[in-house]
Amino acid sequence: MVSALAITGGRVVTPQGLVEGGVLVRDGRIAAVGGFDLPGDVERIDARGALIAPGLIDVGVFAIDKPAFVAGGITRAVLMPDQGGIDTVPLVQHAAAAGKPKVWVHPLAAATRGLKGEELAEIGLMARDGACGVATGRGWIADSGVMYRLLGYAGALGLRTVVHAEDGDLAGNAVMTDGETATRLGLAAAPAEAEALAVARDLLLVEATGAPLHIRQVTTARALDLIRAAKKKGLPVSCGITPAHLFLSDIAVTGFRTFARLSPPLRDESDRQACLAGIADGTIDLICSGHDPHGPEAKRLPFIDAEPGMAGAETLLALSLALVRDGLVGVERLFDLLAGAPARLFGLPGGVIEAGAEADLLVVDSDAPWRIESDNMAAAAGNTPFDGLPVQGRVVRTIKGGVPIQ
Amino acid sequence: MSSSPTRPDDGRLGSPFPHRHLTGIAGLQPHEIAFLLDEAEQWVQLNRGTAKHDDRLAGLTLINAFFENSTRTLLSFEIAGKRLGADVVNMAVAQSSVKKGETLIDTAITLNAMRADMIVIRHDSSGAVQLIADKVDCPVLNAGDGRHEHPTQALLDALTIRRRKGRIEGLVVAICGDVLHSRVARSNILSLTALGAEVRVVGPPTLLPPQIERMGVTRFTDFDAGLDGADVVMMLRLQRERMAGGFVPSLREYHALYGLTYDRLAKAAPDALVMHPGPMNRGVEIASDVADDLERSAITEQVEMGVAVRMACLDVLTRARRGVAGW
Repeated sequence: MVSALAITGGRVVTPQGLVEGGVLVRDGRIAAVGGFDLPGDVERIDARGALIAPGLIDVGVFAIDKPAFVAGGITRAVLMPDQGGIDTVPLVQHAAAAGKPKVWVHPLAAATRGLKGEELAEIGLMARDGACGVATGRGWIADSGVMYRLLGYAGALGLRTVVHAEDGDLAGNAVMTDGETATRLGLAAAPAEAEALAVARDLLLVEATGAPLHIRQVTTARALDLIRAAKKKGLPVSCGITPAHLFLSDIAVTGFRTFARLSPPLRDESDRQACLAGIADGTIDLICSGHDPHGPEAKRLPFIDAEPGMAGAETLLALSLALVRDGLVGVERLFDLLAGAPARLFGLPGGVIEAGAEADLLVVDSDAPWRIESDNMAAAAGNTPFDGLPVQGRVVRTIKGGVPIQ
Repeated sequence: MSSSPTRPDDGRLGSPFPHRHLTGIAGLQPHEIAFLLDEAEQWVQLNRGTAKHDDRLAGLTLINAFFENSTRTLLSFEIAGKRLGADVVNMAVAQSSVKKGETLIDTAITLNAMRADMIVIRHDSSGAVQLIADKVDCPVLNAGDGRHEHPTQALLDALTIRRRKGRIEGLVVAICGDVLHSRVARSNILSLTALGAEVRVVGPPTLLPPQIERMGVTRFTDFDAGLDGADVVMMLRLQRERMAGGFVPSLREYHALYGLTYDRLAKAAPDALVMHPGPMNRGVEIASDVADDLERSAITEQVEMGVAVRMACLDVLTRARRGVAGW
């Protein structure tokens, strides 16, 4: 165990902006930021002018995929309850222990038993054993009565409820968003309003209960408008998005590309633009990977039979850095989207570089060029809709709890 | 934007039909469509004679792999293959045994290993034929994939129209009924707009796909307005097996609002041609007397043209394989 570690010669991403210098770590915590005197017993890492940033906190992954998380600079992952159905205490404990020491996994408790949307799961007991919130899983809760009681119950325990915003009846068996691409391909599609409908109901229930809500992925202009208005009213609502919905529209499905089969489905270009605006104006709180690796047995299928989801963990940072290069956000805001906000919303350590915080740190060469290659991924599977895309930005070093792991 | 175009094969650029497969009309140039129609004409003549045989495909194996039930399309491809001298094998795959896709890929690899020279595929999932085409070495013909495309149906419809009307360019074609679930409609929209027709889609709003206008057609929910002055009235089968979602209240109401009767047909041009891809729901989308009117209806002729068009496609797609000069 190293008692002190100094990362020097970098540009430190702090909530107040970039600071020249480094970070001094003692006993797993940040002791000093910027310029400081080097103690004698210190281990040194020279950042060589690279960014020194907080480790990413990825909200809403569907698999514990350590190689992908490490490659992507994700030091904490908030796990969806779908895999193995985390609706009991032992499963929460198992999930929480699964990633250590390199990645800490923070499970979300299943909101309802077996994620069926009918009866409340043992949320309180699961929270006591490490669940950092509750989640409805891949689907929405159709019964508004159940949703109302869930929000009230979870809210009283201080837990944020994570929802999938898609009206299940309107979405039906759709695999795409209504539009020219779906019509040309002859794929079952649903109107984009399926999302706003679900968001509208849940926002009304938030207003009724006062309970905090997190919409895991918001992907449409209409839903963003509703959330923007709700935030203005002061409702405790937050939302996330994945790079896929920021950089791709439904045209990416052309040719029946199953790697672009996502849930919620890719939207049209005007919705994509609205999502970028939602990042710029702060309506969207965080960017997540939605990491959901699927091998060929789940993806090399006719489009409607393929599983939705993408392996996004190791491309999250590089894709998101494009938002900085495009001038949409500053680098400090980007790392708030990727680390700071997730930590605040789910009460997790880390996520920020300031004295006293948990020392989950990255050294990031934000210009390093590389190409996303489906066949060459660290993840459990290479199902990325960004296959072949040249990107910039690589994690050079990762420090978890003050210990260099990469 | 084109969806899953038949991919040009490097060796065939410069030939009149530089495609390895026929997975859809999307990706075909107008002159390539016209070329297939021209090629089909000779087979119409052959088929009308007594010795309906040509042996240019002798020694080649055609596999008809139908993952979805079909009678007429399967029969049509079988006859087309046999009239050209190919060894034709029909594989009717029960939907229950081949349900999920890795099996579909495995099936493709199996067919490929048997050294088929042509594979004709029908499948109930949009895109499934392209998935197989990407895995095999021989030409693949799409005999219908989900709601996506049914290119040989569009070709036979175009040939029927061209023979009856003398042209396609400038005609007003009304495609009526369940457009949403229809691969026939999609392929016809692509081919008829490419060949210069003015295409309308007509049907209840629940059965018209969103943004269908982006495919270059005009959308009508009023049947009479959609038929007004049309030169060709193409009725679609109401896919009753796909009606689980309740897209129309009843067959009775559907017939009253969107069924083609003589009264309705009077709105179209005086010499309007009536078409239907079959099998018909008589008394639902089309009245029997209209369907059986040999002056107005080209429905049996469509079936006849189907064999000729499929012979042309099998011939053209195997030319490189057979070493025909210039291919």
